[in-house]
Amino acid sequence: MTYNFAFLDEDTKRMLRRALLKAVAIPGYQVPFGSREMPLPYGWGTGGIQVTAALLGPDDVLKVIDQGADDTTNAVNIRRFFHRVAGVATTEHTAEATLIQTRHRIPETSLREDQILVFQVPEPEPLRTLEPREAETRTLHALADYGLMHVKLYEDIAQYGHIATSYDYPVLVDGRFLTSPSPIPKFDNPKLDRSPALMLFGAGREKRLYAIPPYTRVESLAFDDHPFEIQRWEHRCELCGSGESYLDEVVVDDRGTRMFVCSDTDFCSGRRTEAQA
Amino acid sequence: MSALLQVRGLGRHYGQRIGCEDVSFDLHPGELLCIVGESGSGKSTLLNTVAAQQAPSAGSACYRQRSGGWLELGALGEADRRRLAREEWGFVTQNPRDGLRLNVSAGANVAERLMALGMRNYAQLRDIARGWLERVEIDPARIDDAPTSFSGGMQQRLQIARTLVTQPRLVFMDEPTAGLDVSVQARILDLLRRLVNELGLAAVMVTHDLAVARLLAARTLVMQGGRVVETGLTDQILDDPQHPYTQLLVSSVLTT
Repeated sequence: MTYNFAFLDEDTKRMLRRALLKAVAIPGYQVPFGSREMPLPYGWGTGGIQVTAALLGPDDVLKVIDQGADDTTNAVNIRRFFHRVAGVATTEHTAEATLIQTRHRIPETSLREDQILVFQVPEPEPLRTLEPREAETRTLHALADYGLMHVKLYEDIAQYGHIATSYDYPVLVDGRFLTSPSPIPKFDNPKLDRSPALMLFGAGREKRLYAIPPYTRVESLAFDDHPFEIQRWEHRCELCGSGESYLDEVVVDDRGTRMFVCSDTDFCSGRRTEAQA
Repeated sequence: MSALLQVRGLGRHYGQRIGCEDVSFDLHPGELLCIVGESGSGKSTLLNTVAAQQAPSAGSACYRQRSGGWLELGALGEADRRRLAREEWGFVTQNPRDGLRLNVSAGANVAERLMALGMRNYAQLRDIARGWLERVEIDPARIDDAPTSFSGGMQQRLQIARTLVTQPRLVFMDEPTAGLDVSVQARILDLLRRLVNELGLAAVMVTHDLAVARLLAARTLVMQGGRVVETGLTDQILDDPQHPYTQLLVSSVLTT
């Protein structure tokens, strides 16, 4: 069986590109789009996969990561899917990729101007847990009335003594739109700020796209006396020894022994190869 | 002294039915006006229309801003309406559960309006919230408790604290003491009277309880069938009612 290039039909890709252009023009604004049924369930990356399909050209080199790893089910399947329906080259190396689709992480290796990062987003509306009405959240965005978001941060400090939100940490894009950075750890939030690479966000179930264009100011919300902080570990990666990367805690046996390893597998193996050479 | 709120020939219709019609009054800074009347007489319709929560069908309501300029409330855009509601007004609902955010702590409820105004210092927000809990006679130690764990009277006091924390110039209250038992009512009324005096608030309060009007309001407006049937000083109206309906209302109060 043959597919149209990159699975989606040309009209759908055109619709997606128009929505993406609008998203880039208004940084952080959620653009509605006609999300299609994709051959994977909602929540597995239907939004990201549609954005990737609309962007992909025959010369692109695709990398797909899930929680930082290239070898998890979601990443392997999406990478194989595009290899099959578009025949594009795929890679596990961040530096070689032109297009990176990601879930829950931004690669440790710095991105460049000629790279695009596509995020899979389950819930594009950062105010949703506080305000269930869609009409109301849209009005709040329109009027830039974002006091509500600080109620959540206030509650965090009141309950835990510090801002305990550790992923999907709300950001203000270009000083205007309150935006969900997708469920990336707040460790990655500083990488959003003035990033040279274009960042695109797709939420398939919620039918929304948004973008952070290159070199856009991205500010993580905080209080004056409780500034934004990223996670720190007392450990180093046990495989590559890195003290700067985001670490996963892995239980390795039935007695509860744990080890800390880089969540970005490409970064980790790159450092190990370097150390051996 | 110039009025804060000027209502002229205000009407609100629901299709053919009349919500309220041809209402005129002035409200001056520091004044508390009570709207009394039986259920269905258009009190809440009038309040909601004056508070710009629904558009008037006839007449006008004008509000004098802090900056001194007059705003025609019927022609107000959504952005201006929200700005007024956030910065210069307060609204206390009959059921505190409508006015409170129930899934966050009492402290967050009090601090929310301050954060909406751009205050970004956590320690300062806490101090102000504690101070306000104390003022409305809630133990400040309960600052991190959920409002759902509060009694009905405490919830209503919390709502009052949450509304007054930004020191609004004008407060709208829709039967704030209805549904509370008599001793709790008395404490809340006492509290309101003290706060209104301390802060020099202007307030419009809807009630069906004449005792509330007697206790709090300098002036009272009596409504029946959507129209104002009598208006004047509260004592005058309650002690020497002129309109038959007001006479009925006053004589139907139980006396011991």
